[in-house]
Amino acid sequence: MWIYEKKLQYPVKVSKCDPMMAKFLMEQYGGADGELSAALRYLNQRYTIPDRVIGLLTDIGTEEFAHLEMIATMVYKLTKDENAREMMAAGLGAHYANHDKALFYNNAAGVPWTATYIQAKGDPIADLYEDIAAEEKARATYQWLIDMTDDVDLQDSLKFLREREVVHSMRFREAVEIIKADREQKKIF
Amino acid sequence: MDQSSGQSDRPQESPQRPVAGDEAYRRQLEEIQKVDFVLVELNLYLDTHPTDLQALQQFNQLAQRRRQLAYDFEMRYGPMMHFGHSYSRFPWQWPETPWPWQV
Repeated sequence: MWIYEKKLQYPVKVSKCDPMMAKFLMEQYGGADGELSAALRYLNQRYTIPDRVIGLLTDIGTEEFAHLEMIATMVYKLTKDENAREMMAAGLGAHYANHDKALFYNNAAGVPWTATYIQAKGDPIADLYEDIAAEEKARATYQWLIDMTDDVDLQDSLKFLREREVVHSMRFREAVEIIKADREQKKIF
Repeated sequence: MDQSSGQSDRPQESPQRPVAGDEAYRRQLEEIQKVDFVLVELNLYLDTHPTDLQALQQFNQLAQRRRQLAYDFEMRYGPMMHFGHSYSRFPWQWPETPWPWQV
């Protein structure tokens, strides 16, 4: 099961309302390479992955939910004091018409999240290679998002998330090596 | 203005009365976030390096320190976790604001 902790993994501060930036950040909320995809991908893959990497998938999948909450906090804070007109001017008119200022699992272009963004192949190498690619794509997205804002407080939180992608990618690469080594050992004995 | 005369006719209110969400709250929470960052890092590292004794010792030490920090924080500001992983004063404190996105 999961236990909720009433705190963010890393503080999220924004220096001003910026609904347009909120729209772009939705890519990491409900986008293909976003945090929801990541959490659901890893936590679903772990049931059929070799025992040696179940712990890793569980831990990284759980951390992704903490990242999802950070992105939600950014979107919430960046749109909190905006009215309908300001949302429209920022390109969030279509979002506002359907959701008011509620969050929804859309990407930056307003396309709703779909399970086709993620895969579980039942083949550990195929699954882990997808996971590595997902982390690298998310890292790239965070870089583009950092480049798109001049809010240093927001950049600080985004940089934290970018670095987490780097660490996750590294751990998944090690998991591939662990599985390869286990297979070699099985061949020998 | 000097308000330390002790002659105040208002009810005694400690200047350090904990206010969830204020500057002191954020500072104390950040101490936990710092330790938790290292714990998450060590946890993921140990997932792929289970025989690194030094990392494991560091993990266990910090886990203990984390318990103390969380205990102190919860005594001031109320439960951080639900489902019996934190204690509550009366009345039931869990639904109290601020939630993390409101801080």
